[in-house]
Amino acid sequence: MDELFRIKDLCMAFGEKGVLENIDLTIRRGEILAIIGPSGSGKTTLLRILNFFEKPTCGSLKFDGMDIGEINDIRRRMSLLFQTPAIFNASVFDNVAYGLKVRGIDKKTIGKKVGDALSIVGLSGLEKQKARTLSGGEAQRMAFARAIVYDPEILLLDEPTASLDPANVAKIEEIIRRVRDERGTTIIIATHNIPQVRRIADRVGILLDGVLIEVNDKEKIFTAPQDARSAAFIKGEMVY
Amino acid sequence: MSSADFLFQGITKAFELIVSLNPYILSITGVSIKVSGTATILATLTAIPLAFILAFLHFRGKQALIALVNTGMGLPPVFVGLFLWTMLVPAGPMGFLRMIFTQEAMIVAQYILITPIITGVSLAAIKAVPKPVIETVYTLGGDQKDAVITTLKEARFGIITAILAGLGRALAEVGAILIVGGNIARTGSIGGIGEGLSETRTLTTAITSETSKAEISTAIALGIILISLVLTVNILANFFQRRD
Repeated sequence: MDELFRIKDLCMAFGEKGVLENIDLTIRRGEILAIIGPSGSGKTTLLRILNFFEKPTCGSLKFDGMDIGEINDIRRRMSLLFQTPAIFNASVFDNVAYGLKVRGIDKKTIGKKVGDALSIVGLSGLEKQKARTLSGGEAQRMAFARAIVYDPEILLLDEPTASLDPANVAKIEEIIRRVRDERGTTIIIATHNIPQVRRIADRVGILLDGVLIEVNDKEKIFTAPQDARSAAFIKGEMVY
Repeated sequence: MSSADFLFQGITKAFELIVSLNPYILSITGVSIKVSGTATILATLTAIPLAFILAFLHFRGKQALIALVNTGMGLPPVFVGLFLWTMLVPAGPMGFLRMIFTQEAMIVAQYILITPIITGVSLAAIKAVPKPVIETVYTLGGDQKDAVITTLKEARFGIITAILAGLGRALAEVGAILIVGGNIARTGSIGGIGEGLSETRTLTTAITSETSKAEISTAIALGIILISLVLTVNILANFFQRRD
């Protein structure tokens, strides 16, 4: 797998408060990388930096071999899904079609792609429904359809199942796997749900107090972690 | 005649004037709608872009401009009328415009009064759009233009309410337009009432003059029309607020 993101010596501070320190991370094309860590460890900040919402305080970030230049062009190749999706005050169809419309895609293609995306997330037939009347699980799946409808190369997921019931968690995990397998999308998921990481990730990075203490293949992380703190966190011995 | 009979007769005659489409009453209503409607359109064209500039852009003097808008929301109409009058009278600095005692002067007065209201209420509606909604626009590949359009859509009911609030204020306003408009009607009574067709006489200014002449039924007829218009505007505003 070739590199998509290369992050070197990256740090981030909000005023005096340091959030991320000396992050070195390579993200490979087509993988599912889980960034795990307790609340407040910097997972969301890292995802926001990867989506260019935040500018790192120091370090470098290369995307697809190039230094970051025109942010909007790069941002159009990715998508970020928040823990609680922000739903536009419009129909399900108009919500899902949004990313296609801002790219100037023709109506016929929009209709087909929206239909495909809704089919993947199991919401076919709800196109005309007001999006804000959907249940929490449906709203998250609709937001997922909206995030994948324009075939982004990278999908950034910030605790995508944190507020969902087990049935919807299973559906979202199935969608994540399907999107990666069928479309080759690179997926970076920030979560503190360790069983979920076991089920869906290829590689895992453990972030504690803003420091990426270990990045490795899932099997190695769970069977032979290199860092004592990784082992403690995975076993649930680290209480926050 | 008892006070109840007096009032009853006044209301009966007022309804007769309305139902018979009395030209004096109609012309006053027409001037009111024209002046307030034009002022609202012009104020909207200024206020909405201004609200977006205040919401989205960062520039020096922004807080001072917001403070000015907030102050303008409570501007006393008679002060605006007096200020404009001193500007527009023939001896004033803008007297060459020959606008004093015209509908145009009344439109300017109402424009000054309602632009801050529409701006302030629209700004509140725009700021009420959750930040994650705007961030989602960017995560989906949109740019600042898309963010502005999406915000406009999200805040649309609040913005419509702001426009209707401005229109309601304009229709009910009396102090400023009385000073710069002069409450003028053409000479010559029509149908035994009033002083001919309205030039700068609106529903509010006509009510004051008709009441001072003890033409109670005419004043009541004008009052019924004014209340109906303002009520319609408020019902519409309430409808859009509930949809938001």
